[in-house]
This record gives sequence, C-alpha cells and structure tokens, in this order.
Amino acid sequence: MIISVASGKGGTGKTLVATSLALSLKDRDKVQLLDCDVEEPNAHIFLKPVITGSESVYIPVPKVDEDKCTYCGKCAQVCAYNAIAVLGEHVLTFPQLCHGCGACSYLCPENAITEEGRKGGIVEWGHSGGIDFAHGKLNVGEAMAPPVIKKVKEQASNNGVVIVDAPPGTSCPVVESIKGSDFCILVTEPTPFGFNDLMLAVETVRELNMPFGVALNRVGVRYKDVEKYCSGENIPILLTIPLSTEIARLYSKGVALVEGMPQWESSFIEVLDGIREILDERNCSPQR
Amino acid sequence: MKEIVVLSGKGGTGKTSIVGSFAVLAKNKVLADCDVDAADLHLILNPAVRENHEFWSGDTAVIDGKLCTQCGLCQELCRFSAVKDYIVDPISCEGCGFCAHICPAEAITMKENLSGEWFSSNTKYGPLVHARLGIAQENSGKLVALVRQQARQLAEKEGFDCIISDGPPGIGCPVISSLSGANLALLVTEPTLSGIHDLERVLGVCRHFGVPALVCINKYDLNEENARQIESNCLSQGVEIAGRVPFDNVVTESIVQGVPVVEYSDGRVTKEVERMWHTLSTMLGNHEKR
Repeated sequence: MIISVASGKGGTGKTLVATSLALSLKDRDKVQLLDCDVEEPNAHIFLKPVITGSESVYIPVPKVDEDKCTYCGKCAQVCAYNAIAVLGEHVLTFPQLCHGCGACSYLCPENAITEEGRKGGIVEWGHSGGIDFAHGKLNVGEAMAPPVIKKVKEQASNNGVVIVDAPPGTSCPVVESIKGSDFCILVTEPTPFGFNDLMLAVETVRELNMPFGVALNRVGVRYKDVEKYCSGENIPILLTIPLSTEIARLYSKGVALVEGMPQWESSFIEVLDGIREILDERNCSPQR
Repeated sequence: MKEIVVLSGKGGTGKTSIVGSFAVLAKNKVLADCDVDAADLHLILNPAVRENHEFWSGDTAVIDGKLCTQCGLCQELCRFSAVKDYIVDPISCEGCGFCAHICPAEAITMKENLSGEWFSSNTKYGPLVHARLGIAQENSGKLVALVRQQARQLAEKEGFDCIISDGPPGIGCPVISSLSGANLALLVTEPTLSGIHDLERVLGVCRHFGVPALVCINKYDLNEENARQIESNCLSQGVEIAGRVPFDNVVTESIVQGVPVVEYSDGRVTKEVERMWHTLSTMLGNHEKR
C-alpha cells in the first residue's frame, strides 16, 4: 500500500506526519519512506538514515554529430521545448530546456543525433532503525524535479506500507510524487492560507481520482472554516495536532514527534487503521 | 526599476506575510504573486480584479480512435508512459509531440492546454499581478515568467520604480523563473534544522544565478541556538541578515483577519518588519520610507 503525504501550502507539517507515521508503524508492518520533495528534502533530518547506496539521475539530452548534420532543421521543428535550434550552419542545444523526450534523435533523417546523460540530481537509499529509506536531491540550479522524483519512486517496495513525502504545491512535481498512491493524506493548518491551498490540493487529488483524508496541524487558532469545509465535503479528518510550542521545539531540533512524545504513536497507528477502513469500504462499494 | 523577490526554500516560513507587510510599507511599487501553484497573497491584499486573462500553454496528445490502427508505436516510444491501450493519459503527457510526429496513421493531434489564468488587479496598496495555475498543470515556470513580465510592463507604463514578488517554495523551475534577473532576493527562513538545510540550497540557487541575497530569520526566538547557527552560516558566506522577526501569534491572527500584519498590529513583529524593509529599500536604492 502506498500512502502519500501532500499539502498544497508549504510548511504545514508533511514531513512531520510522514516521519512519525513511518516510525509508528515500523514495529507492526514493513515500512518504507520515500522523500519525494527533491527540491528541499528534509525527512533524513528526522530519520537520520544510514545511506547504503546512491545513483545519479541523468536526463537524456541531444548530442549532435556535426559531421553528419545537414542543418535541415527537422530537430528544431519537432522539439516542443525550444531546446534545439538550427541557425545557418550551426546547431545549438539548450540542455536545461530539454525534457528528454527523444523526438529529435529518432526523427533526425541523417541519424546525426545521439543522446547523452546530463546529471540532474541524485537518489540515495538506506535504512533507519527498521524503516527502509530513499530520497532524491535535485542539483542546485536545475529546474526539473520530476525525473529525480521518478527515480526515487522506482525504489518503492512491492509490499508493506510505502509512505511518500511529497513536495508542496499542486503542479507537476506533486502529481509525479503522488501518482500511483492508494491514498493521499493532505496536511493543512487552520488559517485562510492553509484553507485556500487545501482546496487546491483537494482538486488535485480528485483529478487523480485518489481517495484522501486530511491531517490538521497547529489547531488552536479560532478559525473553523477548514473543519466546516471537510465536514461539508465529507472529507475525513484523520489526525488533529494542536498548536504547541513543545511540538514546534521538537521539530526545530530535528526530533520526530513520536520520538519526542511517544504518546502520539497510537494516534498515528489510528491514521493507518482509518485509511484501511476507507479503502475497504471503497473496494466493497460498487461506485467510484 | 528594481525587482526584489522573496523566497525561502522551505515552505511555510512566512514569505507571504512578509510580502503583505512590504505591500503596506513600500511606496510606488507593483506587487507580483509568483507562487502560482498555491497563491495566497490575495487573501491579505483583497484585490479588485481589473483584468483576467487565460493562460494557454503546452499541448496534450489526443488519439483519434477512428484513425488509430493500434500499431502501438506511440506506446513504445513515449518516454513518459503516457499512452496506455491507445489512449493518452493527459496527466502523464508532457506535450512533446513525439507520438504525433511518428504515428503512421496520422491519428494523433496535439491540443493546446488551458493551463491557468492570470489577473491584473488593484489593491489599496497598489497594483497586483497574480495568477492561478490550473489543477495538475505543468508550465508553472512559464506562468511565473508571464506574471513577472506583466508586472514589469505595468511598472514601466505607470512609472513605478519597484516590483516586489512573493515567490514559491523549493528550488526548482518556478523558483528559478521567479529569481533569474531580479535585483535582490530576500530569503525567509526559520530556526529549525529543516529551515537551516533548505536555506543553504536556496542560497546556492541565488549564487548560481548571480542574484544577491539577504536572509530574514522568522520566528527566530523559537530556537535561538538554531538562529545563531543560521547567523554564523550566513556570516561565513558573506550574506547579510536583514531581519530577525520574533514569533508572535499576532501574525496568524492578522492572516485570519485578512490584513497585513503591519496594519493589524504595531507590536514587535511590525517594528522589525519595518526595520527590515528600510534595510532592503536602502539597498535597492529606494530611499523612500513610510
């Protein structure tokens, strides 16, 4: 079972939920945590994994053999990303813009284009006290996170519980991270920002036709719109974490919630039980 | 004209609250919300939309089932595994058009996507350019570039001398699109190990693109030891600390009330944000102060 943890708004507590969920389940299930926030991966700060292997992520980009090239311009014409241009008797490539689709090399009438790998990031894996761990790191200055996210997800185990820590937002890196999950936990906070971005995240998971529930973090502010919205939309609230300086301090020191406050473990186990119930119901009902 | 962009690496450190306050403090400026994935600045600036425009960008492949001979070539060649059972999954499709070029039956066409919308608005603090990326859409970087371009055009046309942009979290495509060519970046961080880690990466991006950066430690008193760590990391890299904003519930209260914190309160958060804006505007060569 793959459970992804996403949010819309950043800094709502995705990593807190993902790491504490993994730690709470590790004595009952085989657990794997995949940190797919490859722009700003943080799960390792809390799980302190032993890294046992790594692999660079290469994005295939075109390499033009100018001896064979006749400057016909076919490659520039087929490239949807303006990553290759032919100017007179020169071919210019812009590797940063290339998505690695392979159209230019396949369609070149002179077979003058081959592909070479351009390093976009790295995937590392290992373990942390019974939890299998993997994360990706996008190279600083690189724009495209999805190829690195794809590589992290290739590490996903076929059995047990796989927890995906997703990046914030609602666009391609988020979709790449949560695609293929059985369930998505959307973490938010009860503020107008948290509420606005939760509604965007809900639209995203609905677009993917994925069952989901909400985890509410930093509850304490007198703002009830998120709870009202969830009950109106029939969205289950799986977990409620109060606004607490003690929890914030633990987080600031890189201590996972259930390690600093073990009394929280049962709440996270209940989250998984809740998810299993929702999925069972969904499988039994003929609709959706 | 000068452009300052507020970034953070880690999400939720307080970018939008700070930009909302700068909107009150800065004179003669255009505001731009470059977090097109999850835009929030409008929630505290309450804009009246003057213009809205559709944002068309990128293509999705569509297979005409009547022409398709089910030869399977598109499925075999698509690098994004977007074709299954001779149907294109629009969420996986990256719009490269490879399939349309190679289909022997010419059964595949590329359809342009409505990827979002952008707005030019008025607020009581000045004009705001903002946008909304369509759900699960790509090309957020292009929409960010469009927002910045529109903000620049507006500033030039109407004689504003400064653009203040609220950037997205992370270090990838929309961040690079928000940052490249800006005059100054303010990096808002928090005194957590995650904040420290993520600040280093976004500082690296600023260095990579040659944009000078200053740092704001938000909620610095949440963990003063970590705050000192951030200060010493910055010092060793020659990065100036523009401000140290204390933790105060008044910030969340102001968001709930839908107003910038400097308008909501005149407490210690407001004093520090005012001081910080003075530092930044002096650096930008904009000596005007409230």
